[in-house]
Amino acid sequence: MDNIAGQKSALSWATNIAVVFMVLVWLIPTVGLFVSSFRDRDQISASGWWQAPFSVELTFRGRAPVEEATQDGSIWVIEGNIFEDEEVQAAFSSGDGTVTAFGDSGRAPAEYPAGTVAELDDGQTLSVAPDGAYRFTSPEEFGRRGPRIYFAADTPPQFTLDNYRNVLTADNMDRAFINTLTVTIPATIIPILVAAFAAYALAWMQFPGRGLLIAAVVGLLVVPLQLALVPMLNLHNAIGVGQSFLGIWMAHTAFGMPLAIYLLRNYMVGLPRDIIECAKVDGATDFEVFTKIVLPLSFPALASFAIFQFLWTWNDLLVAKVFLPSSDESKVMTVKIADDLLGSRGGDWGILATAAFVSIAVPLVVFFTMQRYLVRGLLAGSVK
Amino acid sequence: MSPLLQGVLTIVIGVGGCVGYFYFANLILDKVIFPTKGPNPGRNINRANQVRPWLFLFPAIFALGLYLVYPVIGSFYRSLFNRAGDEFIGGGNYAALLADDGFRTSLFNNFLWVIFVPAGATFFGLLAAQLTDRLKWGNIAKSLIFMPMAISFVGASLIWKFVYANDADIGMINAVREMLGAENPVDVLQIPFWNNFFLMVILIWIQTGFAMVILSAALRGVPEDTIEAAIIDGANPFQIFFKIKVPQIMATIVVVWTTITILVLKVFDIVYATTGGNFGTEILPSYMMSYMFRDDGRATAVAFVIMLIVTPVMIWNIMQARKEMR
Repeated sequence: MDNIAGQKSALSWATNIAVVFMVLVWLIPTVGLFVSSFRDRDQISASGWWQAPFSVELTFRGRAPVEEATQDGSIWVIEGNIFEDEEVQAAFSSGDGTVTAFGDSGRAPAEYPAGTVAELDDGQTLSVAPDGAYRFTSPEEFGRRGPRIYFAADTPPQFTLDNYRNVLTADNMDRAFINTLTVTIPATIIPILVAAFAAYALAWMQFPGRGLLIAAVVGLLVVPLQLALVPMLNLHNAIGVGQSFLGIWMAHTAFGMPLAIYLLRNYMVGLPRDIIECAKVDGATDFEVFTKIVLPLSFPALASFAIFQFLWTWNDLLVAKVFLPSSDESKVMTVKIADDLLGSRGGDWGILATAAFVSIAVPLVVFFTMQRYLVRGLLAGSVK
Repeated sequence: MSPLLQGVLTIVIGVGGCVGYFYFANLILDKVIFPTKGPNPGRNINRANQVRPWLFLFPAIFALGLYLVYPVIGSFYRSLFNRAGDEFIGGGNYAALLADDGFRTSLFNNFLWVIFVPAGATFFGLLAAQLTDRLKWGNIAKSLIFMPMAISFVGASLIWKFVYANDADIGMINAVREMLGAENPVDVLQIPFWNNFFLMVILIWIQTGFAMVILSAALRGVPEDTIEAAIIDGANPFQIFFKIKVPQIMATIVVVWTTITILVLKVFDIVYATTGGNFGTEILPSYMMSYMFRDDGRATAVAFVIMLIVTPVMIWNIMQARKEMR
């Protein structure tokens, strides 16, 4: 369809630009998360992730050592270089910082531009040069501890893996990752087999009530999960399963069943009738037809359902919150992020970004490698 | 026992159990109950073939019945009892819901969600499907727009925190506002009424890819001769799109629309992870979760209300499916 008459090149330009715009809008939030997860935590809160490649003005504080105070006439003076302060050196290991502004209180750490002399309260003065050399004067003796000096300095962009190290070692996030895997894999594999047999029966076997059952499956596709939470949790408690991995596997298996049967049946119905009838004429039983012909031929549908179920169980929050114990050692990643990290570390953007990225990395890999099957499954599910 | 080992064991038992069940049940049916050798082989084969479908269906029907059919009744029954579950209060929970401001807010918000999320996702999906159709790099563009489908609602909420954050150095909206000269950052998730729409954007962002994939396949299926005929008659590209293509894929648009509508009624994660239902953003699923573990009577009542809202779509779906099967 590339050369249909009536295609205007102006329109094609507009199309290209519109698509670029749309892709950017869809991509940028995720890119932001990705970039943020590699940034130093102080830099995250000091400048937006879109400024990540540029140096960031951060504020620091040091202390003028009172031991070095000298009396110069009637005033007391402390001189030195702020970059030699221990507290400051931790942040400037290379020692090549440039002071842009300074101040004497934490509320206004960058009140005066570097190089000027600031008149402070009580007749004190302070000046800090861009290279860090400072001079603090006071008409009276300094107190027991030296005065604080606050300053702002440009720091080069810093990309670290610290966030990942923190997330994966502290916070039990490694445990949550394993828990997610533990929930996901059985919950993906078990429904496939159960659903495949049922789908075969609904597609290729004649029996009374078949149409009704198919209609029931279509209806159950839309039953809200919320209905099942209370009664099934009570049932699990009554039969001794309680809130446990076994419980969530059973729940996920059942909740994935309508889609599995629906997808697989739609696919199996489309298999060539000849093959199946020939096999039957040759004396194959239904069991053999299913295991030797239908199952291998249905691989694409099985794969697409497996991807759906994998993404759905990996990303699920609701079922995990209800059917898993709420203790820390059995939390999955989504629960961990939503309940722990967003609550207690709501301001720690580096940790949040990294945790989120760890949790979406696996589904993204699955998505990009298996996209073909995913699309095919979607189409089988909704377009005839 | 470590959960991982337990998981491996479950896979083995689960898969082994399924295979074993299907294999041996089938074997027993053919060899023991209705043997094909001995008296009446013909009648036995027929009978075995009548039973076999139910053999194949049994585990699935059992799971569906227990986890999806029984809860409809079980939840309704439970919703007629008080918090502790020991006293029958009839419609008491429903009356309490109607009297509760929180419920009315979430009903209204849910109404907004049900209108705007499917509309937004379908609109952008259709737009993306049409625009990428002829592009050389259309497939790459599509898979990038489709990507949020793989991201959890919780993850997506976090991603959008970096857009909405109340801080010009974190949130992009406030950064843009600052660039345009605004003095103080605003928390867009606290603006009454409009904050709902900022949350809906997250779900639209996720669902557009789904709509796009399906509508794009439908657009490809539009017969080319109808388009050629329109071109020959002098239709411009917009007319071709709105008057030739869209009417022909209307059925698919409706399917996409209803699928997303159903999804909207289930998703509590986004509200839960962003505002926690505060600032007037509660919707029914998150409202239900606020009662879960605290008052089962109320929680099941809310769940049943969601079920009632879904029912028309369910009936429509079943009617469509039956029509297609004929």
